[in-house]
Amino acid sequence: MSPDFLNFIETFLNGLMAGVMYSLVALGFVLIFKASGIFNFAQGVMALFAALTLVGFQTGQVPFAHLIRAIFGVEILHWGAGMPTILALILTMGVMVALAFLIERLVLKHLVNQAPIILFMATIGLAWFLEGLGDLMWGADIKPMDVGLPSGGSFWWEDLTATWAAQGSDYYGMYIDTLDVSAAIIAVALVVALSLFSQYTATGRALRAVADDHQAALSVGISLRRIWVIVWSLAGFVALVAGILWGAKSGVQFSLSLIALKALPVLILGGFTSIPGAIVGGLIIGVGEKLAEAYIGPLVGGAIENWFAYMLALAFLLFRPQGLYGEKIIERI
Amino acid sequence: MLQKVDDTAPLLTVNNIEVIYNHVILVLKGVSLSVPRGGIVAILGANGAGKTTTLKAISNLLRAERGEVTKGSITFEGDEIQNLSPSELVKRGCIQVMEGRHCFGHLTIEENLMTGAFTRTDGRTAINRDLEKVYTYFPRLKERRKSQAGYTSGGEQQMCAIGRALMSRPTTILLDEPSMGLAPQLVEEIFEIVRNLNAQEGVTFLLAEQNTNIALRYATYGYILESGRVVMDGDAKELRENEDVKEFYLGIAGEGRKSFRDVKHYKRRKRWLA
Ligand SMILES: Nc1ncnc2c1ncn2[C@@H]1O[C@H](COP(=O)(O)OP(=O)(O)OP(=O)(O)O)[C@@H](O)[C@H]1O
Ligand SMILES: [Mg+2]
Repeated sequence: MSPDFLNFIETFLNGLMAGVMYSLVALGFVLIFKASGIFNFAQGVMALFAALTLVGFQTGQVPFAHLIRAIFGVEILHWGAGMPTILALILTMGVMVALAFLIERLVLKHLVNQAPIILFMATIGLAWFLEGLGDLMWGADIKPMDVGLPSGGSFWWEDLTATWAAQGSDYYGMYIDTLDVSAAIIAVALVVALSLFSQYTATGRALRAVADDHQAALSVGISLRRIWVIVWSLAGFVALVAGILWGAKSGVQFSLSLIALKALPVLILGGFTSIPGAIVGGLIIGVGEKLAEAYIGPLVGGAIENWFAYMLALAFLLFRPQGLYGEKIIERI
Repeated sequence: MLQKVDDTAPLLTVNNIEVIYNHVILVLKGVSLSVPRGGIVAILGANGAGKTTTLKAISNLLRAERGEVTKGSITFEGDEIQNLSPSELVKRGCIQVMEGRHCFGHLTIEENLMTGAFTRTDGRTAINRDLEKVYTYFPRLKERRKSQAGYTSGGEQQMCAIGRALMSRPTTILLDEPSMGLAPQLVEEIFEIVRNLNAQEGVTFLLAEQNTNIALRYATYGYILESGRVVMDGDAKELRENEDVKEFYLGIAGEGRKSFRDVKHYKRRKRWLA
């Protein structure tokens, strides 16, 4: 194979890996949108909040340490050596479920039957609130995230691919980050688990029923409030996974919440109600970005990666507003 | 101390309720009715009379449409139920089959039926037994069990909606406009099943229908609603024979009865009854 072609494959693979992250965040959006018609602006911040909480637990930080110092004058930033990752994960998930519960109790419950725009505004408020809460609880400094995932380039893959190039050509193999690979594997496992859950459990069936026709769901005795707690918990779980993977890559910091902005074009591409759409949309944008950067970038002076997704989304809005997989509307008389 | 259930007391009563939508639109202006245990009671009336609103007031689906019962009371098995959620009512055995069937389009027929068992806690075997029972009442659903409900016919969807309600093991089904958009033969088939369910499973029905003719043939008792008021009620047989009902709801004009005087007579009667 020619080195050019191998370079293309490398770019493509790296694009796929980046796309996985976008898919994950978009997935959180889709879950909530399908079940409640709410566009959850706070999804990105939820990922940040989850990651902060996880690191906080792991490293044994005392929540609200600065607040405590300000009020009581006692300085307790750490309470010990931290805890095993697995325990921290479980506790963080507990926090995300509690959050889902509180959101339903304090916000959603009071806004049922309101226009979608009002609910959207409420989620903007929620985003600000969570951001502040995250700061207050765990502090605003950048924290490294280490949950024991492998990272760094894979030598094995580099050596293997080096032998693919034609004899005598100047090619040293592909670079692929093992962190990206594990991220992809985790994401796939998450998606498979979610679809098994929604396909084969009574709760999953109820979730799909609510997505289809919430009035009918109400009429057969499905409690929408309970369903909301469940989907927000699921979205919290997805946010946690996204937060871990992204945080492991570039540290847990405020910019993590901005991945939500990248999810928007993914949603426009994939459709707001389609889980496969979110996944494929994320991958397309990841790959598209990297390829555009590599092949069109040099012609226009680079930095395509920052706006490519939005251009693609714009094109979709013009030509296919329902998205790639925009749920087929079954219409029968 | 054990309290003996009074079999003669009505299972469901609606006492002079008023319903307002969006805080301003007064739709029901004092509706009262009662449904005996084991009965098939029909609410009749033209478009917009308030039939659906009455049923939703009972099942408490009204709130999701920004409607509210502002006066009167509703009792089911002796308890006031206005403040119960639809889910609690389903658990107590009162379930509504909504107008226009509202099947879950992307779920298969069987999944649709299973959603009806959502509130049940009596275990998988009991639920599966009831699923088989639903299939014996609606053999067609068994044939289509793996099809997405959105792609089945109107009649199959109506059966699916009724079957789904049955899966909750109800004592009372509020059935809204089951005949809507169906061929006469299918309507007959559906009502026949309603009668069987009533006779064999002891399910009580309160049904809303525009199709007065068929409803009065299968019901035991009927209420006629007009602009949010009950204008007439009586045994189904009586109503069937009533000249005004014949003329205005059954479309049977007796010889020379279409005269203006009779219409006036009806209007006067209506006002008086209201
Ligand atoms: N959600 C709503 N908001 C405001 N008004 C409503 C609402 N639902 C129904 N109405 C009004 O209440 C009145 C009664 O409606 P309802 O649906 O109960 O009638 P119906 O007897 O079931 O009619 P149909 O035979 O057409 O189903 C109508 O005038 C309707 O416009
Ligand atoms: Mg109606």
